[in-house]
Amino acid sequence: MPGSQERILRRRITSVQSTKKITRAMELIAATRVAKAQRRAQEARPYAERITNVIEDLAAAGAQVDHPLLEASEQTRRVGYLVITSDRGLAGPYNSSVIRAAEKEITTRRAKGMDYSLILIGRKAADYFRFRNYSIDHSFTGISDTPNYEDARKVANVVAEEFISRHVDEVLLIYMEFISLGTQRVAVRRFLPLIDMSTIAASGQAETRAAFEFEPTPEGVLEALLPRYVESRLFSALLDAAASEHANRQRAMKAATDNAEDLITTLTRQMNRARQDAITTEIMEIVGGAEALREASSSQEEPSSATSKI
Amino acid sequence: MATETMKIEMVSPERNIFSGEASMLVARTSDGDIAFEPGHIPFVGVLQPKQVKVILTDGSIQYVAVHSGFVEVCNNEVSILSDRAELASEIDASRAEAARDRAQQALSADPDDEAATAALSRAETRLEVISLANQ
Repeated sequence: MPGSQERILRRRITSVQSTKKITRAMELIAATRVAKAQRRAQEARPYAERITNVIEDLAAAGAQVDHPLLEASEQTRRVGYLVITSDRGLAGPYNSSVIRAAEKEITTRRAKGMDYSLILIGRKAADYFRFRNYSIDHSFTGISDTPNYEDARKVANVVAEEFISRHVDEVLLIYMEFISLGTQRVAVRRFLPLIDMSTIAASGQAETRAAFEFEPTPEGVLEALLPRYVESRLFSALLDAAASEHANRQRAMKAATDNAEDLITTLTRQMNRARQDAITTEIMEIVGGAEALREASSSQEEPSSATSKI
Repeated sequence: MATETMKIEMVSPERNIFSGEASMLVARTSDGDIAFEPGHIPFVGVLQPKQVKVILTDGSIQYVAVHSGFVEVCNNEVSILSDRAELASEIDASRAEAARDRAQQALSADPDDEAATAALSRAETRLEVISLANQ
């Protein structure tokens, strides 16, 4: 039936067009989200820097304590993996690359006889590891999109608890680091035990500082400070991951919109050709029909003319 | 009179709460109340839940409810690091009162409830900040 091909194509074009509208909208939303996440990461920086400053002061004062968060186990039997992914998909390779890195770390350490313990942030990681029958110790959802400090505190407390109780001997943090709008990289960092204080201090600007007075004592300050330091580190990782998630989603959605545009062009061409074919066929049929009619009528007239001739 | 003022920076992980020039700052650390004036020696302290009073150079007074955190004094600059702090203008009095009543009820039921004790001290600090700021 002429025209049916055209109708099918027209319907496909409409559907691709509405998909394109959605991906375009998601792209624009992701773009504003990246900017917001970057700004929040910026705003979190002064706090993190000042905490590091205070640790420098303490190191300068020679405070040495055996805080459980600083203590490394003699033997690593179980490693905790803190994996940050997103709750929602459509973010290109964002989740899969983080998860793949995490699984690789788990596999290599398991080969060395180290057990694993999973602390997952984001629904994607939880779904993946649950499907593959990994045992999940803790799973947090609903925080990775726009993380706030309260969330970081909650997760950090759980992680610190696992570590202090020696359920795990080491904690690795696996997330996507935000380097720039165009570049994000999977990072695997040691989260706990904390590197010792002098190393933290050396990472800051080494400034000659005057002798400090501490209240209550350097050790007391450190004791209160270290958990905050852990929270603050996790918080900046969460903010980084959120910025990466939105940047990845923006890129993925841009590619999808571009693809939709290409597809619409191809389909429109096909549709035009189909319509042209249909029209040509119709004209041929009309011409053919007219020809047949004419032939039929002329063959009827022929005998009469023949008789008149005679 | 450059030595008569000092810089104040109050930061939380989510934002910069307050910054400005001040002539005095009063806070409570674990050893008791302490006042900082320009030229104070370098100092680091753990803050107790309490209002922090900042006397600005123009003479106005700013109260901030600080529920936990640290104070660092260095190079004529006072930094307050707090993950929970609010300016007087940001506190919702009716919410703080409701929180106080709830915490008191929880405490009368179970005097050892740590969460309620913390909530009560937070609510009381907030209310105190409001009443001081409205004076």
